Amino acid sequence: MPSLPPIRPEDEEVALKTRPGGAFDAPVDEEHRATLFEMLLRLGDDSLILGQRLGEWCGHAPSVEVDLSLANIALDLIGQATHFLNLAGEIEGRGRDGDALAFHRDVLDFRNCLLVEQPNGDFAQTMARQLLFSAWQKRLFDQLAASSDERVAAIAAKAVKEVAYHEELAAEWVIRLGDGTDESRARMADGLDWMWRFVPELFELDEAAADANGRGLWPDVDLLRTGYDARLQTVLAEATLDAPKPQRPILGGRRGHHSEHLGHLIAVMQFLPRTYPDAVW
Amino acid sequence: MSKDWPLWEVFVRSKGGMAHRHVGSVHAPDAEIALRHARDTYTRRMEGVSLWVVPSASIIASDPRDDAQMFDPAEDKIYRHPTFYNIPDDVKHI
Repeated sequence: MPSLPPIRPEDEEVALKTRPGGAFDAPVDEEHRATLFEMLLRLGDDSLILGQRLGEWCGHAPSVEVDLSLANIALDLIGQATHFLNLAGEIEGRGRDGDALAFHRDVLDFRNCLLVEQPNGDFAQTMARQLLFSAWQKRLFDQLAASSDERVAAIAAKAVKEVAYHEELAAEWVIRLGDGTDESRARMADGLDWMWRFVPELFELDEAAADANGRGLWPDVDLLRTGYDARLQTVLAEATLDAPKPQRPILGGRRGHHSEHLGHLIAVMQFLPRTYPDAVW
Repeated sequence: MSKDWPLWEVFVRSKGGMAHRHVGSVHAPDAEIALRHARDTYTRRMEGVSLWVVPSASIIASDPRDDAQMFDPAEDKIYRHPTFYNIPDDVKHI
Protein backbone atom coordinates (compact mmCIF):
# COMPACT_ATOMS: atom_id res chain seq x y z
CA MET A 1 0.00 0.00 0.00
CA PRO A 2 1.51 3.31 -1.05
CA SER A 3 2.19 5.76 1.71
CA LEU A 4 0.29 9.05 1.79
CA PRO A 5 1.93 12.04 0.14
CA PRO A 6 3.68 14.42 2.50
CA ILE A 7 1.70 17.42 3.80
CA ARG A 8 3.17 20.50 2.19
CA PRO A 9 3.12 23.91 3.96
CA GLU A 10 0.70 25.30 1.38
CA ASP A 11 -1.71 22.40 2.05
CA GLU A 12 -1.60 23.18 5.72
CA GLU A 13 -2.42 26.81 5.00
CA VAL A 14 -5.52 25.79 3.06
CA ALA A 15 -6.58 23.39 5.78
CA LEU A 16 -6.26 26.04 8.47
CA LYS A 17 -8.56 28.36 6.57
CA THR A 18 -11.43 25.86 6.42
CA ARG A 19 -14.05 25.80 9.11
CA PRO A 20 -13.57 23.48 12.06
CA GLY A 21 -16.24 21.08 10.76
CA GLY A 22 -14.30 20.59 7.55
CA ALA A 23 -15.18 22.23 4.25
CA PHE A 24 -16.92 19.13 2.92
CA ASP A 25 -18.74 18.07 6.08
CA ALA A 26 -20.77 21.19 6.57
CA PRO A 27 -21.90 22.76 3.31
CA VAL A 28 -25.34 23.20 4.92
CA ASP A 29 -23.90 25.83 7.25
CA GLU A 30 -22.72 27.93 4.37
CA GLU A 31 -25.99 27.73 2.56
CA HIS A 32 -28.24 28.35 5.56
CA ARG A 33 -25.87 30.44 7.62
CA ALA A 34 -27.69 33.78 7.61
CA THR A 35 -31.14 32.27 8.07
CA LEU A 36 -30.08 29.85 10.76
CA PHE A 37 -28.21 32.57 12.65
CA GLU A 38 -31.29 34.82 12.56
CA MET A 39 -33.66 32.10 13.79
CA LEU A 40 -31.25 31.00 16.53
CA LEU A 41 -31.01 34.59 17.75
CA ARG A 42 -34.80 34.73 17.94
CA LEU A 43 -34.98 31.46 19.87
CA GLY A 44 -32.11 32.37 22.17
CA ASP A 45 -33.30 35.92 22.82
CA ASP A 46 -36.87 34.78 23.59
CA SER A 47 -35.58 32.41 26.26
CA LEU A 48 -32.95 34.80 27.58
CA ILE A 49 -35.23 37.80 28.00
CA LEU A 50 -38.08 35.84 29.58
CA GLY A 51 -35.59 34.10 31.87
CA GLN A 52 -34.25 37.47 33.00
CA ARG A 53 -37.78 38.82 33.48
CA LEU A 54 -38.84 35.87 35.61
CA GLY A 55 -35.65 36.25 37.62
CA GLU A 56 -36.99 39.63 38.78
CA TRP A 57 -39.53 37.71 40.87
CA CYS A 58 -36.78 36.14 42.94
CA GLY A 59 -37.50 37.01 46.57
CA HIS A 60 -40.77 38.77 45.67
CA ALA A 61 -43.19 35.96 44.78
CA PRO A 62 -46.41 35.41 46.76
CA SER A 63 -44.87 32.46 48.62
CA VAL A 64 -41.52 30.73 48.85
CA GLU A 65 -42.85 27.80 46.82
CA VAL A 66 -43.99 30.08 43.98
CA ASP A 67 -40.65 31.89 44.22
CA LEU A 68 -38.90 28.59 43.52
CA SER A 69 -41.30 27.67 40.71
CA LEU A 70 -40.60 30.95 38.92
CA ALA A 71 -36.85 30.73 39.48
CA ASN A 72 -36.84 27.16 38.13
CA ILE A 73 -38.60 28.26 34.96
CA ALA A 74 -36.19 31.19 34.64
CA LEU A 75 -33.19 28.89 34.94
CA ASP A 76 -34.62 26.45 32.38
CA LEU A 77 -35.03 29.35 29.96
CA ILE A 78 -31.53 30.71 30.54
CA GLY A 79 -30.17 27.21 29.95
CA GLN A 80 -32.01 27.09 26.61
CA ALA A 81 -30.70 30.56 25.75
CA THR A 82 -27.15 29.38 26.43
CA HIS A 83 -27.55 26.48 23.98
CA PHE A 84 -29.25 28.53 21.26
CA LEU A 85 -26.90 31.52 21.49
CA ASN A 86 -23.76 29.41 21.66
CA LEU A 87 -24.89 27.64 18.51
CA ALA A 88 -25.78 30.99 16.92
CA GLY A 89 -22.25 32.21 17.60
CA GLU A 90 -20.81 29.02 16.16
CA ILE A 91 -22.90 29.36 12.99
CA GLU A 92 -22.00 33.03 12.67
CA GLY A 93 -18.32 32.06 12.79
CA ARG A 94 -17.04 35.42 13.98
CA GLY A 95 -15.78 34.29 17.34
CA ARG A 96 -18.79 35.32 19.40
CA ASP A 97 -20.15 32.84 21.94
CA GLY A 98 -23.44 32.86 23.85
CA ASP A 99 -22.11 35.22 26.52
CA ALA A 100 -20.86 37.69 23.92
CA LEU A 101 -24.26 37.65 22.22
CA ALA A 102 -26.18 37.99 25.49
CA PHE A 103 -24.09 40.65 27.17
CA HIS A 104 -22.43 42.62 24.39
CA ARG A 105 -25.26 43.39 22.02
CA ASP A 106 -27.36 46.54 22.24
CA VAL A 107 -31.11 46.65 22.45
CA LEU A 108 -31.73 47.17 18.73
CA ASP A 109 -29.86 43.95 17.97
CA PHE A 110 -32.12 41.80 20.12
CA ARG A 111 -34.51 39.60 18.16
CA ASN A 112 -36.90 38.43 20.89
CA CYS A 113 -40.66 38.74 20.54
CA LEU A 114 -42.30 41.64 22.36
CA LEU A 115 -44.31 39.32 24.62
CA VAL A 116 -41.30 38.16 26.66
CA GLU A 117 -40.05 41.67 27.46
CA GLN A 118 -43.38 42.84 28.89
CA PRO A 119 -43.25 43.77 32.57
CA ASN A 120 -44.13 41.17 35.19
CA GLY A 121 -47.00 43.23 36.62
CA ASP A 122 -48.75 41.17 39.29
CA PHE A 123 -48.59 37.38 39.54
CA ALA A 124 -51.64 37.00 37.27
CA GLN A 125 -50.04 39.11 34.54
CA THR A 126 -46.86 37.03 34.80
CA MET A 127 -48.87 33.81 34.50
CA ALA A 128 -50.81 35.19 31.52
CA ARG A 129 -47.53 35.92 29.75
CA GLN A 130 -46.16 32.51 30.69
CA LEU A 131 -49.15 30.62 29.35
CA LEU A 132 -49.26 32.60 26.11
CA PHE A 133 -45.53 32.12 25.58
CA SER A 134 -45.00 28.54 26.80
CA ALA A 135 -48.01 27.22 24.87
CA TRP A 136 -46.36 28.62 21.73
CA GLN A 137 -42.85 27.49 22.62
CA LYS A 138 -44.07 23.97 23.39
CA ARG A 139 -45.63 23.54 19.95
CA LEU A 140 -42.68 25.21 18.27
CA PHE A 141 -40.13 22.95 20.00
CA ASP A 142 -42.22 19.87 19.22
CA GLN A 143 -41.74 20.76 15.56
CA LEU A 144 -38.13 21.95 15.85
CA ALA A 145 -37.22 18.57 17.34
CA ALA A 146 -37.65 17.37 13.75
CA SER A 147 -35.63 20.26 12.28
CA SER A 148 -33.39 19.60 9.28
CA ASP A 149 -30.51 20.89 11.44
CA GLU A 150 -29.71 18.17 13.95
CA ARG A 151 -28.09 20.58 16.42
CA VAL A 152 -31.29 22.62 16.62
CA ALA A 153 -33.29 19.41 16.82
CA ALA A 154 -31.19 18.20 19.77
CA ILE A 155 -31.63 21.42 21.76
CA ALA A 156 -35.38 21.49 21.07
CA ALA A 157 -35.84 17.84 22.01
CA LYS A 158 -34.21 18.44 25.39
CA ALA A 159 -35.96 21.75 26.06
CA VAL A 160 -39.45 20.62 25.08
CA LYS A 161 -39.76 18.61 28.31
CA GLU A 162 -38.98 21.71 30.36
CA VAL A 163 -41.41 23.80 28.37
CA ALA A 164 -44.20 21.23 28.70
CA TYR A 165 -43.92 21.72 32.46
CA HIS A 166 -43.90 25.53 32.16
CA GLU A 167 -47.06 25.39 30.09
CA GLU A 168 -48.79 23.05 32.55
CA LEU A 169 -47.87 25.15 35.57
CA ALA A 170 -48.98 28.39 33.93
CA ALA A 171 -52.24 26.76 32.80
CA GLU A 172 -52.92 25.52 36.35
CA TRP A 173 -52.50 29.04 37.72
CA VAL A 174 -54.56 30.71 35.00
CA ILE A 175 -57.36 28.24 35.74
CA ARG A 176 -57.19 28.80 39.49
CA LEU A 177 -56.97 32.57 39.33
CA GLY A 178 -59.65 32.82 36.63
CA ASP A 179 -61.99 30.47 38.44
CA GLY A 180 -61.05 31.88 41.85
CA THR A 181 -62.16 34.92 43.84
CA ASP A 182 -63.62 38.08 42.29
CA GLU A 183 -60.27 39.78 42.71
CA SER A 184 -58.12 36.98 41.27
CA ARG A 185 -60.53 36.68 38.34
CA ALA A 186 -60.35 40.40 37.57
CA ARG A 187 -56.54 40.36 37.79
CA MET A 188 -56.28 37.30 35.55
CA ALA A 189 -58.53 38.92 32.95
CA ASP A 190 -56.47 42.13 33.13
CA GLY A 191 -53.23 40.17 32.77
CA LEU A 192 -54.46 38.36 29.66
CA ASP A 193 -55.78 41.61 28.28
CA TRP A 194 -52.34 43.24 28.69
CA MET A 195 -50.48 40.43 26.90
CA TRP A 196 -53.03 39.57 24.20
CA ARG A 197 -51.86 42.10 21.58
CA PHE A 198 -48.41 40.48 21.50
CA VAL A 199 -49.67 37.01 20.52
CA PRO A 200 -49.93 37.57 16.73
CA GLU A 201 -46.21 38.36 16.57
CA LEU A 202 -45.45 34.78 17.61
CA PHE A 203 -47.06 33.56 14.40
CA GLU A 204 -45.79 36.29 12.12
CA LEU A 205 -44.49 34.85 8.85
CA ASP A 206 -41.91 37.45 7.93
CA GLU A 207 -39.24 36.99 5.30
CA ALA A 208 -36.78 35.22 7.59
CA ALA A 209 -39.40 32.81 8.96
CA ALA A 210 -40.66 32.01 5.45
CA ASP A 211 -37.12 31.47 4.27
CA ALA A 212 -36.35 29.24 7.26
CA ASN A 213 -39.55 27.30 6.63
CA GLY A 214 -38.50 26.70 3.04
CA ARG A 215 -35.19 25.24 4.26
CA GLY A 216 -36.86 22.90 6.73
CA LEU A 217 -35.56 24.94 9.66
CA TRP A 218 -38.86 26.38 10.83
CA PRO A 219 -42.35 24.88 11.06
CA ASP A 220 -45.51 25.97 9.32
CA VAL A 221 -46.77 28.81 11.53
CA ASP A 222 -50.42 28.23 10.62
CA LEU A 223 -50.13 24.68 11.88
CA LEU A 224 -48.66 25.97 15.17
CA ARG A 225 -51.47 28.45 15.48
CA THR A 226 -54.18 25.78 15.18
CA GLY A 227 -52.81 23.75 18.07
CA TYR A 228 -52.14 26.90 20.09
CA ASP A 229 -55.64 28.29 19.72
CA ALA A 230 -57.18 24.95 20.69
CA ARG A 231 -55.02 24.73 23.81
CA LEU A 232 -55.81 28.28 24.92
CA GLN A 233 -59.50 27.70 24.36
CA THR A 234 -59.42 24.65 26.64
CA VAL A 235 -57.53 26.46 29.41
CA LEU A 236 -59.66 29.61 29.26
CA ALA A 237 -62.86 27.53 29.30
CA GLU A 238 -61.67 25.75 32.43
CA ALA A 239 -60.71 29.12 33.92
CA THR A 240 -64.27 30.32 33.07
CA LEU A 241 -62.69 33.28 31.29
CA ASP A 242 -63.53 34.70 27.87
CA ALA A 243 -60.67 35.26 25.47
CA PRO A 244 -59.83 38.98 25.40
CA LYS A 245 -61.35 40.96 22.57
CA PRO A 246 -59.18 41.10 19.46
CA GLN A 247 -56.68 43.95 19.71
CA ARG A 248 -54.48 45.65 17.18
CA PRO A 249 -51.44 43.37 16.96
CA ILE A 250 -48.11 44.92 17.88
CA LEU A 251 -45.17 43.60 15.89
CA GLY A 252 -41.54 44.53 15.46
CA GLY A 253 -39.50 42.62 18.04
CA ARG A 254 -38.04 40.31 15.39
CA ARG A 255 -36.69 43.39 13.59
CA GLY A 256 -35.30 44.99 16.73
CA HIS A 257 -38.21 47.41 17.25
CA HIS A 258 -38.75 46.87 20.94
CA SER A 259 -40.89 48.39 23.63
CA GLU A 260 -39.27 50.77 26.10
CA HIS A 261 -39.24 47.97 28.67
CA LEU A 262 -36.46 46.00 27.02
CA GLY A 263 -33.78 48.67 27.39
CA HIS A 264 -34.22 48.74 31.16
CA LEU A 265 -34.12 44.96 31.39
CA ILE A 266 -30.94 44.80 29.31
CA ALA A 267 -29.27 47.53 31.34
CA VAL A 268 -29.72 45.46 34.49
CA MET A 269 -28.75 42.21 32.77
CA GLN A 270 -25.61 43.56 31.10
CA PHE A 271 -24.37 45.92 33.79
CA LEU A 272 -21.95 43.53 35.46
CA PRO A 273 -20.23 41.92 32.46
CA ARG A 274 -19.92 45.32 30.80
CA THR A 275 -18.50 47.03 33.87
CA TYR A 276 -16.14 44.17 34.72
CA PRO A 277 -15.51 42.53 31.34
CA ASP A 278 -13.26 39.76 32.61
CA ALA A 279 -15.06 39.07 35.85
CA VAL A 280 -15.12 35.41 36.86
CA TRP A 281 -16.73 33.69 39.80
CA MET B 1 -50.69 34.84 51.15
CA SER B 2 -49.12 31.49 51.99
CA LYS B 3 -50.58 31.68 55.47
CA ASP B 4 -53.96 31.02 53.87
CA TRP B 5 -52.78 27.93 52.04
CA PRO B 6 -52.92 24.53 53.73
CA LEU B 7 -49.74 22.60 54.45
CA TRP B 8 -48.81 19.39 52.61
CA GLU B 9 -46.21 16.80 53.59
CA VAL B 10 -43.89 15.76 50.79
CA PHE B 11 -42.49 12.27 50.19
CA VAL B 12 -39.86 11.53 47.55
CA ARG B 13 -38.86 8.17 46.07
CA SER B 14 -35.19 8.61 45.27
CA LYS B 15 -35.11 5.72 42.80
CA GLY B 16 -37.12 2.73 41.70
CA GLY B 17 -37.36 0.08 44.41
CA MET B 18 -36.79 2.48 47.27
CA ALA B 19 -39.56 3.59 49.60
CA HIS B 20 -40.88 7.15 49.49
CA ARG B 21 -39.20 9.17 52.22
CA HIS B 22 -40.50 12.23 54.00
CA VAL B 23 -38.44 15.24 52.92
CA GLY B 24 -40.39 18.25 54.15
CA SER B 25 -43.54 20.21 53.47
CA VAL B 26 -44.99 22.84 51.16
CA HIS B 27 -47.88 25.28 51.24
CA ALA B 28 -50.33 25.04 48.35
CA PRO B 29 -53.98 25.84 47.65
CA ASP B 30 -54.81 22.31 46.46
CA ALA B 31 -53.37 18.88 45.75
CA GLU B 32 -52.37 19.51 42.13
CA ILE B 33 -50.43 22.67 42.94
CA ALA B 34 -48.98 20.97 46.02
CA LEU B 35 -47.50 18.32 43.74
CA ARG B 36 -45.99 21.00 41.52
CA HIS B 37 -44.64 22.95 44.47
CA ALA B 38 -43.14 19.73 45.81
CA ARG B 39 -41.53 19.09 42.43
CA ASP B 40 -40.12 22.61 42.24
CA THR B 41 -38.95 22.65 45.85
CA TYR B 42 -37.62 19.15 46.50
CA THR B 43 -36.67 17.50 43.19
CA ARG B 44 -34.83 20.27 41.38
CA ARG B 45 -31.47 18.54 41.83
CA MET B 46 -32.50 15.09 40.59
CA GLU B 47 -33.50 13.93 44.06
CA GLY B 48 -36.37 11.78 42.95
CA VAL B 49 -38.35 9.73 40.47
CA SER B 50 -41.72 9.83 42.20
CA LEU B 51 -43.55 12.19 44.55
CA TRP B 52 -46.33 11.91 47.09
CA VAL B 53 -48.04 14.80 48.79
CA VAL B 54 -50.37 14.31 51.74
CA PRO B 55 -52.40 16.98 53.53
CA SER B 56 -50.54 17.61 56.77
CA ALA B 57 -53.89 17.64 58.54
CA SER B 58 -54.32 13.96 57.58
CA ILE B 59 -51.21 12.93 59.51
CA ILE B 60 -52.11 11.40 62.84
CA ALA B 61 -49.23 12.14 65.18
CA SER B 62 -48.38 10.59 68.52
CA ASP B 63 -48.72 12.87 71.52
CA PRO B 64 -45.35 13.94 72.98
CA ARG B 65 -46.90 13.63 76.45
CA ASP B 66 -47.25 9.90 75.80
CA ASP B 67 -43.59 9.48 74.86
CA ALA B 68 -42.74 7.49 77.97
CA GLN B 69 -45.36 4.82 77.52
CA MET B 70 -45.05 4.81 73.72
CA PHE B 71 -41.32 4.54 73.25
CA ASP B 72 -39.41 3.85 76.45
CA PRO B 73 -40.46 0.19 76.77
CA ALA B 74 -38.53 -0.63 73.55
CA GLU B 75 -35.28 0.59 75.00
CA ASP B 76 -34.11 -2.64 76.64
CA LYS B 77 -35.45 -5.09 74.01
CA ILE B 78 -32.17 -5.49 72.21
CA TYR B 79 -33.17 -8.96 70.95
CA ARG B 80 -35.69 -7.30 68.64
CA HIS B 81 -32.90 -5.95 66.46
CA PRO B 82 -32.20 -8.09 63.40
CA THR B 83 -28.45 -7.65 63.79
CA PHE B 84 -28.03 -11.23 64.99
CA TYR B 85 -28.59 -12.53 61.48
CA ASN B 86 -26.06 -12.65 58.65
CA ILE B 87 -27.37 -10.81 55.62
CA PRO B 88 -26.19 -12.11 52.24
CA ASP B 89 -24.02 -9.58 50.41
CA ASP B 90 -26.31 -9.32 47.38
CA VAL B 91 -29.39 -8.34 49.38
CA LYS B 92 -29.59 -4.56 49.10
CA HIS B 93 -31.63 -1.88 50.81
CA ILE B 94 -32.10 -3.48 54.22
